[in-house]
Amino acid sequence: MYVYDEYDQRIVEDRVKQFRDQTRRYLAGELSGEEFRPLRLQNGLYIQRFAPMLRVAVPYGLMSSAQVRMMAKIARDYDKGYAHISTRQNVQFNWPDLEDVPDILAELATVQMHAIQTSGNCIRNTTTDQFAGVAKDELIDPRPWCEIIRQWSTFHPEFTHLPRKFKIAVNGAVSDRAAIEVHDIGLEAVQNAAGELGFRVSVGGGLGRTPIVGSFINEFLPWQHLISYLDAILRVYNRYGRRDNKYKARIKILVKALTPEVFAERVDAEWAHLKDGPTTLTEAEVARVAAHFIDPAYAALADQDAALAQLDAEHPGFARWRQRNTFAHKRPGYVAVTLSLKPTGVAPGDVTDKQLDAIADLADRYSFGEVRNSHNQNIILADVEQAQLFTLWGELRENGFATPNVGLLTDIICCPGGDFCSLANAKSIPIAEAIQRRFDDLDYLFDIGNIDLNISGCMNACGHHHVGHIGILGVDKKGQEFYQVSLGGSAGRDASLAQILGPSFAEADMADVIDKIIKVYVEQRTDEESFLDTFRRVGVDPFKERVYAANH
Amino acid sequence: MQRIIKNGQVLDETWHLLPKDATLDGISNCDDLIVPLALWREHAHALKARDGGLGVWLEAGEEIEEIADQLDNFQVIALNFPAFTDGRHCSSAYLLRTRYGYKGEVRAIGDVLRDQLLSYQRVGFDAFALRADKDPLDALKAFEEFSEVYQASADQPQPLFRRRA
Ligand code: HEM
Ligand code: SF4
Repeated sequence: MYVYDEYDQRIVEDRVKQFRDQTRRYLAGELSGEEFRPLRLQNGLYIQRFAPMLRVAVPYGLMSSAQVRMMAKIARDYDKGYAHISTRQNVQFNWPDLEDVPDILAELATVQMHAIQTSGNCIRNTTTDQFAGVAKDELIDPRPWCEIIRQWSTFHPEFTHLPRKFKIAVNGAVSDRAAIEVHDIGLEAVQNAAGELGFRVSVGGGLGRTPIVGSFINEFLPWQHLISYLDAILRVYNRYGRRDNKYKARIKILVKALTPEVFAERVDAEWAHLKDGPTTLTEAEVARVAAHFIDPAYAALADQDAALAQLDAEHPGFARWRQRNTFAHKRPGYVAVTLSLKPTGVAPGDVTDKQLDAIADLADRYSFGEVRNSHNQNIILADVEQAQLFTLWGELRENGFATPNVGLLTDIICCPGGDFCSLANAKSIPIAEAIQRRFDDLDYLFDIGNIDLNISGCMNACGHHHVGHIGILGVDKKGQEFYQVSLGGSAGRDASLAQILGPSFAEADMADVIDKIIKVYVEQRTDEESFLDTFRRVGVDPFKERVYAANH
Repeated sequence: MQRIIKNGQVLDETWHLLPKDATLDGISNCDDLIVPLALWREHAHALKARDGGLGVWLEAGEEIEEIADQLDNFQVIALNFPAFTDGRHCSSAYLLRTRYGYKGEVRAIGDVLRDQLLSYQRVGFDAFALRADKDPLDALKAFEEFSEVYQASADQPQPLFRRRA
């Protein structure tokens, strides 16, 4: 993974000092709350329901075991003993004291971490595929490009006060596991006819109040021009994005108002001035950064198909886990393993300090000392030897990470909702739990197959409900919590937004409603058809009829 | 008397910033004036004929392109921040310096606070009229807070990746 040089380290340390002084000035009354607000937000510090929430940046989701141990330490020393993996691959702490945040940042800096630009109206953490660098369907490893973008965006002086937050995602594979089309900018690696590398560029995707799938405005941007082109997009947005209404301030609204074609022309006109200037990327810089992401010292191994099949036969639990929680690796003899953070009864994405220490230890012993956070709020050990899979499974079971539900109905993406978030209209964690309890029969879960169930506690869509195959949105009706259900969303390639099923439901009905939806699918599906396929074929009506049918 | 930060020093202000609805009435011939864009648009000829110094100021929504071919007339271009959270003029200053080659003073006015000064300086501002309730001497510390930067901007045309040892 990327290792700081003296420049990177100095920038982060200078930032710690700067924020320490800003916090001091705020506490001393030299800075008003209003003046301090964007400063703390650009450092990932929210004021929440019970306490501040601190969002620590995990660039493109990648952490070393030393960094994971630091997360454990912070959870223990400054929080109530747990941390939360967010849908943007970052780590959040729900209970730190404001006064402690400078010390937390100082500790983070010792392991090359920070909380820079994890919130606020600036360029946020760039995200990517949790299987970057190991996936078989990869054209390029996106991580060096994410790191190049990280450096460009860190304290970019022109773009620290944008109209609204700004998120970039990069995909290097055939499948899209980075949800690039629902980001402000999505970058997809492509090759032209001459075999040269470039990026296909989408702009104006995003969720929230006005969910929009992005539009591709450039089919092939040669890699050398990545930064100058990003500068051009951001400049057009900074100058012409709406600032009169925060709900209309995101780039998606500007792209929609101008049309993607006109927006692209504006970007091209701006880019014409920047192209081939000093920000043009050099082979040397790309090679320098890429050198941090070369393959670890893989052993020359063979695939263990027969041995694993034997273990499967002897241990059905192992077979089930292997089927759901492992992912094919580009190297023979290796496999990527997802640690499920979604056992029933735990808030999706929550991990305790002890579990984090255990993960760091497992990463050291099984996966070259590295882990990745996924936008589905799970943690991945990307480089596990197949021959060690069975022992690893045993250790994961002991630590509560072996729930064999990755990609299944109970692998729910869920925002903190009314339990923690001051913006919530309704709780989301108890809804996730009720559904997990209802679908506790593993055979049935496996039979239902791949399904994304996403829950948000309000329109801000932190739980990505618009792009869930099933989405649940907390709504407020005369002070009562209700839940609106939508179907047919997808965050993958050719992303789609879900359609609202109809009037919303009370909390107590939610598990039943999901149950009915699943029954319709099971009845209607043809062989091998996933929930999403069936929905796309039969449409919303059969689901609507069943769910809203009079009870008899 | 108001003081401003100019090139890293606190100086007494000598320019008069005319309000948005200013007219030519009562304008003295010799004062150094920063006039609103509307007045410049309407009375460029008369303003140029004066003996005093001339500057112009733009609202956050006024585009720098409006004056890009008239820059020779101004010793000062002031860019107004209606709120410190409104970063539009960071792009304007950058364009003034890098695209339009403006060499005179580029001044930040309006809701100008210490914690934004460093990035303002990076994009090309060299003068800062801090919000009246803030201490410019204290604000000078902002320029010392970082010793290295990643990106190219008006102050540093080479990104760090071209400068790394
Ligand atoms: C608890 C404090 C939180 C607050 C106050 C908060 C606030 C917000 C707000 C205001 C938005 C809407 C922004 C917009 O549409 O312009 C948003 C969107 C979002 N948040 Fe959060 N959030 C919180 C926690 C989280 C958590 C825990 C996650 C991940 C699990 C998360 C991930 C996201 C994502 C992915 C979006 C949607 C981005 C998009 O529109 O493209 N947030 N959040
Ligand atoms: S979706 Fe709403 S309730 Fe959930 S975390 Fe985001 S802002 Fe809070």
